Amino acid sequence: MKQLFIAFVVLTLGLLAFSTYQALFVAPTEQTMGEVQRIFYYHVPSAWTAGVCFFVNFLTSVVYLWKRNLASDALAAASAGVGVMFCTIVLITGPIWARPVWGIWWTWDARLTTTLVLWLIYVSYLVLRRFSAGGQTQVLAAALAIFGFVDVPIVYMSIRWFRTQHPSPVMGGGENSGLDPAMLHAFFWNLAAFTCVGIVLMVVRYRLQMLEEKVEATHAAAALQGGAQ
Amino acid sequence: MTTLSVTRTTLLKDLRMEWRSKDAINSMLFFALLVVVIFSFAFNPTAEESRRIAGGLIWVAFLFAAVVALNQTWARELRNQVLDAYRVSPAPANALFLAKAIGNFFFVVVLEALMAPLFVVFYDLRSVGPVWQLIVVALLGTWALVVNGTFFAALSIRTRSREIMLPLILFPISIPALLAMVDATTSILTGEASPDFWIKMLAVYDLVFTAVCLLLFESVLNAE
Repeated sequence: MKQLFIAFVVLTLGLLAFSTYQALFVAPTEQTMGEVQRIFYYHVPSAWTAGVCFFVNFLTSVVYLWKRNLASDALAAASAGVGVMFCTIVLITGPIWARPVWGIWWTWDARLTTTLVLWLIYVSYLVLRRFSAGGQTQVLAAALAIFGFVDVPIVYMSIRWFRTQHPSPVMGGGENSGLDPAMLHAFFWNLAAFTCVGIVLMVVRYRLQMLEEKVEATHAAAALQGGAQ
Repeated sequence: MTTLSVTRTTLLKDLRMEWRSKDAINSMLFFALLVVVIFSFAFNPTAEESRRIAGGLIWVAFLFAAVVALNQTWARELRNQVLDAYRVSPAPANALFLAKAIGNFFFVVVLEALMAPLFVVFYDLRSVGPVWQLIVVALLGTWALVVNGTFFAALSIRTRSREIMLPLILFPISIPALLAMVDATTSILTGEASPDFWIKMLAVYDLVFTAVCLLLFESVLNAE
């Protein structure tokens, strides 16, 4: 199992190197936006990976409430942490791109605002995990995870209505106007690489979480034994 | 013991305790009053401006004030291990939750009824749209805040630094509800747009989250 994981890490690193090369050197420079468009190869794959992580978090939280097994809670904790990290990357790379292209750092548009609220919800999830005591953490966190996941579509719907009612700032250069094949190529390599990085980080965090549980259980058992004597 | 009778008993007990002590309502009222005064100094609006920003001011004031009451919801049940006793009793968990949520709903609605005249006086408010719609928005919006707030208060009561924890987990989830309340209120006050979408949206939010709360409360109550 361990060898398999190491092999996967090596594969991921290779993939990341190759995809970075593709994004920075092979993919053609965009005509109107210039070099800054290359941030797209990091921005979108990060958003995708964050989405995958939050979905895993939701699924494992439901499984935890149902089965009450430590493993699914550990995976929920791991995926939320990794998801918040990728979501942070999205929120940082977005404005860096938006400033030269849109002329503004930030706009309260549906997708941007939903991402920000998503980030806020999962940060509050991590805060709750940190602040809750002992054996209750898992149930409380799983409940909040379900609330957060249910909230996301409502947030998106409400903000879309909010913004379509009001005039929105100039939005140029959406990437849905068809991508050059060379760009698409680089994009997919990056998508694959980022997904693999996300998986590697989740597995590492998961194992760390399980080890922490084990250490805590050992301490508790030792304390109990000490008390008995 | 049916859900209905447990809910009624718990609710009446809470209302009676509140009637005798007036802890929650007094602290909420004074807090909301302070927010009104401070906002008035901070923005110093004219009648026209205040109609435009009042939706935001009113609901932010009520949201902050509601947190004061919500934080006290479960605190009094922790003393004398009432919650533990409840857990081992055969009474349905959701009955307790509903009683607490309805109680909080009642407190916050009373607060709103008492504060509304003050807002009118201090901000020189006059509604262009129909006033009865404001009442619908207030009822739906208050339930949206209170149902999640009661649930999250039950979560945060089990954490360290519980008083701070509640707003931290309640506010992010409440963002769409707050947006709907503020926008509906502003639409009615200025009479410029129809609040219909926001009212429907609040109704959907209420239904969805009431269902989620009822679904999950038992697990949270019995969390070890």
